[in-house]
Amino acid sequence: MKRKEILRKYEAKPDNLLYILHDIQDASPYNYVTEEDMEEIADFLGLPYSKVYGTATFYSMISQKPRGKHVIRLCDSPPCHLMGSESILDILKEELGIDVGQTTPDMLFTLEITSCLGVCGVAPAMMIDEEVFGNLTPKKLRKIIKDYREGNV
Amino acid sequence: MAEMVKLYIDGIEVEVPEGTTILNAAKKAGKSIPTLCYHEDLPPTAACGVCVIEYEGRPGMQRACCTPVAPGMKVITNSKLLRERRKAVVGLVLSNHNVDCPSCAANEKCELQKLANDLGVDMHMYEKILDHRPEDKTSVAIVRDPDKCILCGRCVTVCDEIQTVHAIEITDRGFEAHVDTAFSAGMGASPCVNCGQCIVYCPTGALREQSHLEAVWDAILDPEKHVVVQEAPAIRASIGEEFGMEIGSVTVGKMYAALKRIGFDAIFDTNFSADLTIMEEGTELVQRINNGGKLPLITSCSPGWVKFMETFFPNLGENTSTAKSPQQMMGALTKTYYAEKSGIDPEKIVSVSIMPCTAKKFEAQRPEMRDSGYQDVDYVLTTREFVRMIREAGLDFKNLPEEEPYHALADYTGAATIFGATGGVMEAAVRSAYYLLTKKDMPNVDIKPVRGMEGIKEAELEIPGVGKVKVAVAHGLGNARELLTKVSKQLEETGKSEYAFIEIMACPGGCVGGGGQPYGSSIAMRARRGEGLYQEDSSLPKRCSHHNEAILNLYKEFLGEPGSKKAHKLLHTNYVERSVVSGDAVREITHKH
Repeated sequence: MKRKEILRKYEAKPDNLLYILHDIQDASPYNYVTEEDMEEIADFLGLPYSKVYGTATFYSMISQKPRGKHVIRLCDSPPCHLMGSESILDILKEELGIDVGQTTPDMLFTLEITSCLGVCGVAPAMMIDEEVFGNLTPKKLRKIIKDYREGNV
Repeated sequence: MAEMVKLYIDGIEVEVPEGTTILNAAKKAGKSIPTLCYHEDLPPTAACGVCVIEYEGRPGMQRACCTPVAPGMKVITNSKLLRERRKAVVGLVLSNHNVDCPSCAANEKCELQKLANDLGVDMHMYEKILDHRPEDKTSVAIVRDPDKCILCGRCVTVCDEIQTVHAIEITDRGFEAHVDTAFSAGMGASPCVNCGQCIVYCPTGALREQSHLEAVWDAILDPEKHVVVQEAPAIRASIGEEFGMEIGSVTVGKMYAALKRIGFDAIFDTNFSADLTIMEEGTELVQRINNGGKLPLITSCSPGWVKFMETFFPNLGENTSTAKSPQQMMGALTKTYYAEKSGIDPEKIVSVSIMPCTAKKFEAQRPEMRDSGYQDVDYVLTTREFVRMIREAGLDFKNLPEEEPYHALADYTGAATIFGATGGVMEAAVRSAYYLLTKKDMPNVDIKPVRGMEGIKEAELEIPGVGKVKVAVAHGLGNARELLTKVSKQLEETGKSEYAFIEIMACPGGCVGGGGQPYGSSIAMRARRGEGLYQEDSSLPKRCSHHNEAILNLYKEFLGEPGSKKAHKLLHTNYVERSVVSGDAVREITHKH
């Protein structure tokens, strides 16, 4: 089982909690950690369940509910906002047919808002999974979504 | 010896040991800096920012609760900026708080209410941003109301660091941050042991008991019901303080008088069944010592501890005394012995207890606690609910006369009354075990090494014919965990432990510090209540359970002898192992004889 293999890579000390949460989430086809994951991590690290749950819910990068194969994080910090991230968001919602925090019924995309991505020079910007996209325009955005839908990435 | 540091608080010179916080240094200068999240018994979480101060040579503000003093520091505790900032912080807290004072369980005890009033905060200073979250009512003992939570973190600190139960945690972040159990399962589906320390340390009414008050009033006002009541040892040492009496005042006769005027049909006393517990538990200890049974024997009267054992130390299930707690012994006798003796149909009896405890609500509802053929104890009221009841009944508690209970189930000795303080059960049990082993009374019944507020206490007793017996006492579950981890290791490695007998109380200070006691019970207050009980003990003519004539009569008339078959059926119980995730029973770990 994947979870056991991931845990085996780590020393059983509390400092490794975040690394393990990330690894397990990345290995999940739905980009999230389950209650069973958190229980097993807690047992492995000798931490209370409440601590693991508290940590997992504190970090917005870690999800406790299933997400799409690709997680879109649109930057909402002031520079991106000034450069039109609001209208980019409208287009994303329209293209995907979902609201922020939701997942498309085909489980392909989850739409999220994020704080500064550190690429203000190319605002407005977003990330899809580990990839950063800047200087977004409506046309560019529609093309990116299409590529992901068709698997051309 | 720490170096002394000289500094100035608003121009007043004070000298304090190095490492002292500005907050405590200011107290020495007669200045009480306002605080909200801070509590003297707990490490500072520095979550609220109410205790801000300024000092010369450093721009901005610092939190007095977590900033240590420095030599020559010139601290300013009161300036226009500080006053405005404190008001702003409290105003913001109020904007996200369900200001429900008149109907709140913590009304007049609420630290937020008092602080807002002391600082002259306008509660409409900021627009309300309260995002409603439902109450957590999944537990039979404790209710959490997130709308009154101010995220000070005290409950989490107590649960984590003092009790090591880790049932709750601050989850999510920013505006979404709230206190929750793992996986948001609710307190009733968590490892929570119902100790209620989160309640007594909560600065607001965000935590309270599951109230049985209305049900008790209904029973009292129902002419068909025969409503009986028992009161725990610790109640008599804390009820007075809620009515303007000194902390630690022991008010037995007034307590009985109040209960009569409220309308209870018969008044018993849990102190009676505390003496009975000693007879059963003492006999069990002596049998285990004489017959090579499992040692150490561990006390079983604290239901918070019992659930903690079942969850975290199931390996010690067979070491835990099978004797029920005094509450449950009284419950079982009420619907059997008392019903028989007074010719009342047990079906019509409503059995109420008044406890300093929230875990007693859980204990009363355990499926094991129905040996009379009915639920042995129907309703459990906390000290706080009892206070409310007295107020609702319009009684002037302080000026009530001293009255008498129903003697056959209320007479008690000094050994029973000290059950309410840490070390008390140990001391009471040793007084009687000594007698049972030697057929002689102890020359001096004061066993001082097991008294007091130290977390883990030990004593070595010389018992003629038996030799040296080592005992230990722990109060607060963190201390219990430390002691029992050591004991478990000894048992695992050598098959035996250095201790013969261990007393564990879930709450710091024992029952006088229980989760059902008034909001704001500090360690210092608990110590004074405990002293009150030790004073009552030394003032009583009889101080050993085996001298209680009502108990001896109960054995003669009804139970036979301590440890008899009938005593086992009614007064002993068994334990289960529990899931660390949900607290649910997983399997039986001891069996009833």
